[in-house]
Amino acid sequence: MTVKYTEEHEWLRVEGDLVVVGITEHAAEQLGDVVFVELPEVETKVTKGDEVVVIESVKAASDILSPLDGEIVEVNEALTDTPALVNEDAMGAWFFKMKVEDMEQLDAYMSEDEYKDFIA
Amino acid sequence: MAGNETLKRTGFYDLHVELGARMVPFAGWEMPVQYPMGVMKEHLHTRAEAGLFDVSHMGQVILPASAVAELESLVPVDIAGLGLNRQRYAMFTNAEGGILDDLMVANKGDHLFVVVNAACAEQDIAHLKAHVAGVEVVTGRGLLALQGPKAEAALARLIPGVAAMRFMDVGTFPWNGAELWISRSGYTGEDGFEISVPDAVGVDFARALLAEPEVAPIGLGARDSLRLEAGLCLYGHDIDTTTTPVEADLKWAIQKARRHGGAREGGFPGAEIILDQYDNGCARRRTGLRPEGRAPMREGTPIYLAAEGGEPVGQVTSGGFGPSINAPMAMAYLPADLPLGATVYGEVRGKRLPALIAAMPFQPNTYKR
Repeated sequence: MTVKYTEEHEWLRVEGDLVVVGITEHAAEQLGDVVFVELPEVETKVTKGDEVVVIESVKAASDILSPLDGEIVEVNEALTDTPALVNEDAMGAWFFKMKVEDMEQLDAYMSEDEYKDFIA
Repeated sequence: MAGNETLKRTGFYDLHVELGARMVPFAGWEMPVQYPMGVMKEHLHTRAEAGLFDVSHMGQVILPASAVAELESLVPVDIAGLGLNRQRYAMFTNAEGGILDDLMVANKGDHLFVVVNAACAEQDIAHLKAHVAGVEVVTGRGLLALQGPKAEAALARLIPGVAAMRFMDVGTFPWNGAELWISRSGYTGEDGFEISVPDAVGVDFARALLAEPEVAPIGLGARDSLRLEAGLCLYGHDIDTTTTPVEADLKWAIQKARRHGGAREGGFPGAEIILDQYDNGCARRRTGLRPEGRAPMREGTPIYLAAEGGEPVGQVTSGGFGPSINAPMAMAYLPADLPLGATVYGEVRGKRLPALIAAMPFQPNTYKR
């Protein structure tokens, strides 16, 4: 299973022809307790860099940017009701799944080891 | 970190670091914003048990007992009527009726003890020195706050005498050869104490409190959400030189003696404006908001009367998520005639979201009166 990491502290996990997106433990820790998550509409076409998710923590609001070009095909509604899942299990609390136009876009992102060096 | 060289540190800095605090710049000081527990749990711990806060960045000042009239010339507050070993909330006003800072004043018998905000301390002290003879800036002492329903139990194990204090009482108590100046007050909406402690025993005293089972260290992050739930103003955000005490919904802090018809009416900066507003009302007022849903309305959020069209009628001055009320909350300056329960709209990320005009405090206070 391929997992890639972005400099925006997102993790991208390839599942078949879909990419699942969440934020890393490091990001969740920096954000603090998440109290609100606004998810995109399913079937939204997105371009790399678009703001697709809003996360509000007790401290501040921040965005998740789409890491790839494609289409949102599924969102994790559980986060709307229980935003704290992000802090409890960042690697399990996925935000959305997207159908990607060009999987090669993933190559630009970091491996787990590279990400660990990045945040070290 | 660049720039941090110029930040001041309290006597508890090393203790904060040892406790795993994340230190941030605040009003020229390097202060703990949170500990490993995190803002949410720190907040909830304070409401359920007892939280220890370092507030040593605040300014401590002593005025001679003879300074009552001089101090009354700067604040719309009844200082002469303040009982022995009692404390009162006050604010310095300017000629336009605006607020220069808010402060606490205690009558300690042979002197007045004043605590001012860190960000305003320098200007407050200059302001006091310009109008009051014998101003003494306290040095060599830290200030701790112990807040929460179990604060009394924890502190009374070290200093039994505090159990007899009521809300806004002050007293001097010995501890390990040092003199502690204690008030039964705070800024969280909870029962609790603020304790001025000499630097020589400050860390020992903080460690003794932290060793009590109820007590956990709490950072500025939770301090902010606690005070906002309690409906308390943060200077520079909810009150400043452009807001009068009446607009700020602080009429309760202007006692009868200083109002029209009172024994010492007026006689403070901006009295004409402030007392006119006191009697006749004002156009806008600091108002509580409960946004619907879970999205917080942060500081600066413009507020509209309708879901579409029109101009903003005010903006949020403090806003966030209240862990105890498990919902977002905000304060905003809005038209004073908006009734409780009315719906207004805050523009968040380009969308107008509904919010109800709500009474403050959002979380009921538990002062031991």
